[in-house]
Amino acid sequence: MAMKISQQKFNERLSSNLENDFMRGAVAGAQHRFQTRRSAAVDSLNWEEWRNHGEEIRQHVLENLDYYLYELSINVEARGGHVFFAQTAEEATEYISTIAKQKSAKKIVKAKSMVTEEINLNSHLEQLGCEVIETDLGEYILQLDDHDPPSHIVTPALHKNKDQIREVFEQKIGYTASSQPEELALHARKVLREHYLTADIGITGCNFAVAETGSVCLVTNEGNADLVTALPKTQISVMGMERLVPTFEEMEVLVGMLTRSAVGQKLTSYITVLTGIKEALEVDGPEEFHLVIVDNGRSSILGGEFQSILQCIRCAACINTCPVYRHVGGHTYGSIYSGPIGAVLSPLLGGYDDYKELPYASTLCGACTDVCPVKIPLHQLLHKHREVIVEREGRAPISESLLMQAFGMGTSSQSIYKLGTKVASTVMKPFTKNEKITNGPGPLKNWTAYRDFPSLQKERFRDWFEQHNKGGNPK
Amino acid sequence: MNVSLFATCLVDMVQSNIGKNTVELLERLGCTVSFPKGQTCCGQPAYNSGYVKASKETMKNTIQVFEDAEVIVCPSGSCAYMLKEYVHIFKDEPLWHEKAQRIADKTYELTQFIVDVLKIENVGAKLNGTATYHPSCHMTRLLKVQKAPLTLLQHVEGLELLEMPLKENCCGFGGTFSIKMGQISEQMVDEKIASAEQIAVHYLIGADAGCLMNIGGRIDRKNIDIKTMHIAEILNSR
Repeated sequence: MAMKISQQKFNERLSSNLENDFMRGAVAGAQHRFQTRRSAAVDSLNWEEWRNHGEEIRQHVLENLDYYLYELSINVEARGGHVFFAQTAEEATEYISTIAKQKSAKKIVKAKSMVTEEINLNSHLEQLGCEVIETDLGEYILQLDDHDPPSHIVTPALHKNKDQIREVFEQKIGYTASSQPEELALHARKVLREHYLTADIGITGCNFAVAETGSVCLVTNEGNADLVTALPKTQISVMGMERLVPTFEEMEVLVGMLTRSAVGQKLTSYITVLTGIKEALEVDGPEEFHLVIVDNGRSSILGGEFQSILQCIRCAACINTCPVYRHVGGHTYGSIYSGPIGAVLSPLLGGYDDYKELPYASTLCGACTDVCPVKIPLHQLLHKHREVIVEREGRAPISESLLMQAFGMGTSSQSIYKLGTKVASTVMKPFTKNEKITNGPGPLKNWTAYRDFPSLQKERFRDWFEQHNKGGNPK
Repeated sequence: MNVSLFATCLVDMVQSNIGKNTVELLERLGCTVSFPKGQTCCGQPAYNSGYVKASKETMKNTIQVFEDAEVIVCPSGSCAYMLKEYVHIFKDEPLWHEKAQRIADKTYELTQFIVDVLKIENVGAKLNGTATYHPSCHMTRLLKVQKAPLTLLQHVEGLELLEMPLKENCCGFGGTFSIKMGQISEQMVDEKIASAEQIAVHYLIGADAGCLMNIGGRIDRKNIDIKTMHIAEILNSR
């Protein structure tokens, strides 16, 4: 899976997802659970102080990214690891493929990682003939279901309900029990256990790398990252180049914010910290460790007007609160990064050709900005995209552009405005019935497709006011 | 107190009733209301769609029109917020930035003005029925006016206030979003209306003409028996 998950146009994806009642029910239910748990987890804290601190840590790292990346690489190498800086997705997949070839790897187990989805790693490894197995339960379900793309960055199979998951298990891994989540999970656990023991390489993502020690920190509720990093002889962690913290002190703060914001937990069941290769007296851990640091467009975001998006710690609180995501689901975004974070990030990493609609798939309601633990002004960044699309890229439809120019003229010139609003009700008269417009012309057409529009009043408010307050007012 | 009313373009052209009730209400509360005639729109429709340059001319007009006002009161949380946002929008134009700051400092949304400036919590309104208040997004999250409208509504004699499920969710208006993304907007407004239906209220009250036009327009289309009312209309009921 690459970042782009669909060849369809935005409107086609939108229509088919709006018709998907299963998905919409699953998403609405999940949003409710996540929101309730998140509130319970943050309301008892002085959350605004935490947010300020989280923002400060992330901004500090981004402002000194070169320093911390250097420190991280020195410390990974000091503990016997190898560091590879991949400027592009291709460089990253090529490097990892080379390792797989060197090891003659037949089986690779993976812990959940969005960046490996972004660089389309699995399909490259599969082309080499490797069997690649996702061990995060959600990712595993999607992989079994003929590589259904993730619709959420934390809970990738959010769009499926338990009956759909049972069907996938029945068809693909000989499952015969009920739709009970416990039974489904137990079966997956049994199947996956065997894979950990026989894998040649383990691949993980990276929630936070710790520069001071060269460690990679992974947050899971299933313990799968623990097994992926402990059992195979070769281990590869892949990280987006911004995903690091200076020391364990900052990691502790951000992990607590991540788990609270993502699933409303103070901590997840497992926090795996991997530091270097297995040492002489240790019984588990890899004999060989590679850290692949992926740029893939991130350095062009750095230093620009969208830099704050790199503060993201991938908690998905914005997705879990977004009223648009609630109805359209993750697949409508056409990117593995969905919801508000995806609508900002996907056009930056993947370009406007594929993702120019995403910044408009928002009412700018600000709910995402309110819940972001590291205070990314998400709705402002969505607005910034619109400004870039219209004014710098010139990609706005001509009809809209003309309309907005007319708006600018009509509302900056007092005389044109007064005249325009005076004749408006006459112009609209043929479209008005019973004081309502039910089938309007021009831009009103799309409004009246779904709702009535009140008739323009013969007496404008300003005319009423003049009568009300005889003599009028200055200006 | 001398109040300069920023009525908003929607109220001026489409929802004049909101303007009339706002004026009558403020006058009843002892204010002298003026309507600076040069006013047009806060610029938000173009600005939010990405047409920043075109909208800046509109904003400059608004700034000039209200420069000498004592206080500016606006019966819309979203437009009141926009006037405050001018400060950031003009951050690189010192002359306009300074003017924008002066405008921002004296701009109030209607209920915010009544509660925080006039220090009135009971405006003496009466209306029988059950109602729910839709906390519109910009007013609640960006302008951060959350309590004032509820405080005022709680004192309306005969009005029983009920909370609807998912009340914080956007109604799907979003300015040009409602036109550009009509399909999504439809789903959002339907869920909002379903929430109000679930608690079976007579009135759905809001403090933004845009949201009310969206919700009300959909209610009319579907022939649902709930009346959308602007908070100024409620507070001016006697």
